[in-house]
Amino acid sequence: MANALFNYILRLADSTIILAQRDAEWTGHGPYLEEDLALTNIALDLFGRGKALLEYAAKLEAKGRTEDDLAFFRSERQYFNAIITELPKGDYAFTMLRHAIVDTFDLLLYSALMSSTDETLKGIASKTCKEIQYHQRHSFAWIKRFGLGTEESARRVSDALEQLWPFTDDLFDQAPAEVDLINAGIIPDRSSLKPAWQNHILNLFNEVHLKPNTEAFMQSGSIKGIHTEHLGHLLAEMQALPRMYPNATW
Amino acid sequence: MISEDDVWKCLEQIPDPEIPVLNIVELGVIRKVQITNNHVTIMLTPTYSGCPAMKHMEQEIQRSLNMFKGIHLKLETVYFPPWTTSWISVEARNKLQAYGIAPPEEETERKAALWGVESKIQCPRCKQQQSKLISQFGSTACKALYQCQSCMEPFDYFKCL
Repeated sequence: MANALFNYILRLADSTIILAQRDAEWTGHGPYLEEDLALTNIALDLFGRGKALLEYAAKLEAKGRTEDDLAFFRSERQYFNAIITELPKGDYAFTMLRHAIVDTFDLLLYSALMSSTDETLKGIASKTCKEIQYHQRHSFAWIKRFGLGTEESARRVSDALEQLWPFTDDLFDQAPAEVDLINAGIIPDRSSLKPAWQNHILNLFNEVHLKPNTEAFMQSGSIKGIHTEHLGHLLAEMQALPRMYPNATW
Repeated sequence: MISEDDVWKCLEQIPDPEIPVLNIVELGVIRKVQITNNHVTIMLTPTYSGCPAMKHMEQEIQRSLNMFKGIHLKLETVYFPPWTTSWISVEARNKLQAYGIAPPEEETERKAALWGVESKIQCPRCKQQQSKLISQFGSTACKALYQCQSCMEPFDYFKCL
């Protein structure tokens, strides 16, 4: 079960840092200064959560690897982030819609983890829930602005939904080894989160006249480390420095 | 022999790197100091998960406790219970305001503050309560940006979490 928990923590951490990396791509490129700061701040919160999770994973593994080793010296197939987090940042409507989808999922997941029987996981979840609420308030406000804004903004957010929706099922996939963790009260059953997630997100979509294509083919694979071609490029950039100069400090 | 009091006094000398009018004790990040013989354990909790100032604070703590020879210092990060703005003392709130940062609203449990129905934040300069949220995010992880509708000055608001 220790191994299952290690893999599960990696899964949480990977989704967090990959999304953080995509958000951080807006640093210096935000549509205007306040949003540049917003995305940078959100990315920081996520990197902080990712660091706490990877530290815990490293401790569970007890093989002398650090959180940095886990972040910088694993390749694509050893990453278990939800596929939706690795998709290129796209335009601002795409970035914000992805955030609204993931924030809503994360808020449910980490709220459930606040009653975990694992003390460390419970602590990290309690910390992170407050931050996710704050991020969700930001992403939801943007979806309303896009959806109810101009013809152009409504078209952009609708295009983003078409691209993102097929990757939403992947968030709810469960690895067979996670069943023991669920039975031990360490983690929630992901399928139990789905009705609430659908309820929240579809309410938002209704409000702004967005409609997901429910007949789209749903992608999956992240629990097996199967990804789109985009993750390799992201990791190449994120890991370049520590791989070129191992043990560099700054 | 080093006492808990010595450690707390030392920590009170360390300013927050981003809001230098507050020290790290007033900010509420130091949760516990434990001393057994010459082993000193200090437990810290981050204000925000990704607060880049945490590393700096840890280095400052190490540096300031260096004057006690022969102690073994251990810094531990704790996440539970999570840091909340209600741990910022009344005195510290007044200091924030005098420095030009609107202190966090007191009732942090109130969900309204998180969900956008925020009450009007008082302008730290002209003290009027006619402010407008400019951005949920500001110059550091702990701040949001407001503008006073009376004197028109923009100001930082310490986010309420």
